[in-house]
Amino acid sequence: MITDHLVVLQIIIPLMAAPLCVFIRNANVTWALATIISWICLVISITLMQQVMATGEIIYELGGWAAPWGIEYRVDMLNAWVLVIVTSVGAMVTPYAKLSAEKEIDNDRLYIFYAMLLLCETGLLGITVTGDAFNLFVFLEISALSTYVLISMGKDRRGLTAAYRYLIMGTLGATFYITGVGLLYMQTGSLNIADLGKLIPDVADSRTVQAALAFMTVGLCVKLALFPLHMWLPNAYAFAPSVVTVFLAATATKVAVYALVRVIFTIFGGVDILEAVQISDVLIAMAIVAMFGGSAVAIYQTNIKRMLAYSSLAQIGYMILGLSMNSVLGVSAGLVHLFNHAMMKGGLFMVMGCVVYRIGSAKLGDMAGLGKQMPVTMGAFVLGGLSLIGVPLTVGFVSKWALLQAALEKGWWPIAVLIVISSLMAVVYIWRVVEVVYFQAAPAGRVAVKEAPLMMMIPMLTLIGAAYYFGIDGTTTMDIAGRAAESLIGGLK
Amino acid sequence: MMEFPGQLIYWIVVVMMMMGFYIVIAQGNFVKKIVGLNVFQVSVFLLYITMGKVTGGTAPILADGIEIYSNPLPHVLILTAIVVGVATTSLGLALVVRINEEYGTIEDDDILEQESDA
Repeated sequence: MITDHLVVLQIIIPLMAAPLCVFIRNANVTWALATIISWICLVISITLMQQVMATGEIIYELGGWAAPWGIEYRVDMLNAWVLVIVTSVGAMVTPYAKLSAEKEIDNDRLYIFYAMLLLCETGLLGITVTGDAFNLFVFLEISALSTYVLISMGKDRRGLTAAYRYLIMGTLGATFYITGVGLLYMQTGSLNIADLGKLIPDVADSRTVQAALAFMTVGLCVKLALFPLHMWLPNAYAFAPSVVTVFLAATATKVAVYALVRVIFTIFGGVDILEAVQISDVLIAMAIVAMFGGSAVAIYQTNIKRMLAYSSLAQIGYMILGLSMNSVLGVSAGLVHLFNHAMMKGGLFMVMGCVVYRIGSAKLGDMAGLGKQMPVTMGAFVLGGLSLIGVPLTVGFVSKWALLQAALEKGWWPIAVLIVISSLMAVVYIWRVVEVVYFQAAPAGRVAVKEAPLMMMIPMLTLIGAAYYFGIDGTTTMDIAGRAAESLIGGLK
Repeated sequence: MMEFPGQLIYWIVVVMMMMGFYIVIAQGNFVKKIVGLNVFQVSVFLLYITMGKVTGGTAPILADGIEIYSNPLPHVLILTAIVVGVATTSLGLALVVRINEEYGTIEDDDILEQESDA
């Protein structure tokens, strides 16, 4: 039955479609193909989610070789959750991509763009489903290499240096990660994530295993851009083509967070590693610095794409803060924020894509007076911004409320206060944009612009709408995140 | 305590790794950074290949009269990692070529200067 193979089809379909795009070479046909594939992936991931909810963990042995010798793909609540996040963003990004990419990427290279987008999605989905630590590295590099190409495809030359700097940082990070995997293999003789989880407790005291933990954590923190390893992210997001920024901001860092969760709670789950080696204090400290530093730097940015990139750094801080609390509430707050942040930041970057499409710039000064000329787009920006701040009825509120509860449950009221203060800093950078857009007259030289085309508006409004739908009724998302967190923390006991 | 000669290969790995890492950080030239990245990656390849060796073991090819084989798995893994490394290097160098076309230089300082003007 084909439904038995859904787990692997999720990877194979986009993987096979990518080279097909290179053979087709026609921009419109490749776009149609990429759109269809991304929607197929979405359907598969939702089906998998329902299967997992109904029957529990799905285990798929590649080529019929049993784990731990063969590679297995394993989908539980957490994987299915991340799959849904990645594929739903993918399905929104591809229809949006057509017009935005035509404007911002050389038209004779568009087919490569779609091929790379599909490869990037393959890599991200692969990281998510795989149950093998080394296989995870391979998918990490598939997604990373295609990301470097995507970032460098814009017409701004600074995209090239941003891609180069990300390539250096990303490769260092990935190499750190395999060093860690190698050390674990030395000590346990296994590469299977679930199997490692069982073997680690016996050897946890050895220096080799502790070095492996350090290598893997640092490597993945580069990938998820946790302060102080975030230097590659702002320029990469600011100078990549807008549609690439939407996709990366909403998926790439989320998947890296997922990989870190797997390392901490599954591979090292048996020894309660956050307590055992005190890395939880370090992670909490870095998360809080990221929350404040990211927001503070965002306030001073004149390029709004760059401002949103710094705001992403702060949001990553919230996710890591939740995870390092090491409690069911904390982890579920972190996990629900993966989805919530993907919706609102994806929506906000889509707004910026529409602005760039119309006025050709993401600079704050150039956006003056857009509130009258593009009322729907700018309205979406305000709504997304409110969600970033964490106003009630938005997804931002759902995740911050969960995070606050988790902090208070632990009795860490100073941290709860810090969460609230750092959220208020978002008011400042969102207000700066609102002020310029609504209360300043359009610059004299600029030709009056219209709303962005419907094909870009619909995905944008869908994501912003989702940020409110799941904000008003957060029970579904919180329930899934809570169940995923319980299964992770349950692994500890 | 580590026996020094017995663990020599690990010392080589660590020294190479730090050398590569240092080159990546300290060099301002984009091509030299990629060279450093390669040294860094190769040190990890050595680490993997070393751990596959079984004392007294021979190449893992089935033959009569041989009892002990080395572990081939780390070698296979590193074959994959080498492919990834080659892809990364070629993409990195391609980017350097494009950067040189656009900026007329591949020195980090000069590029930062041009970017701060822009």
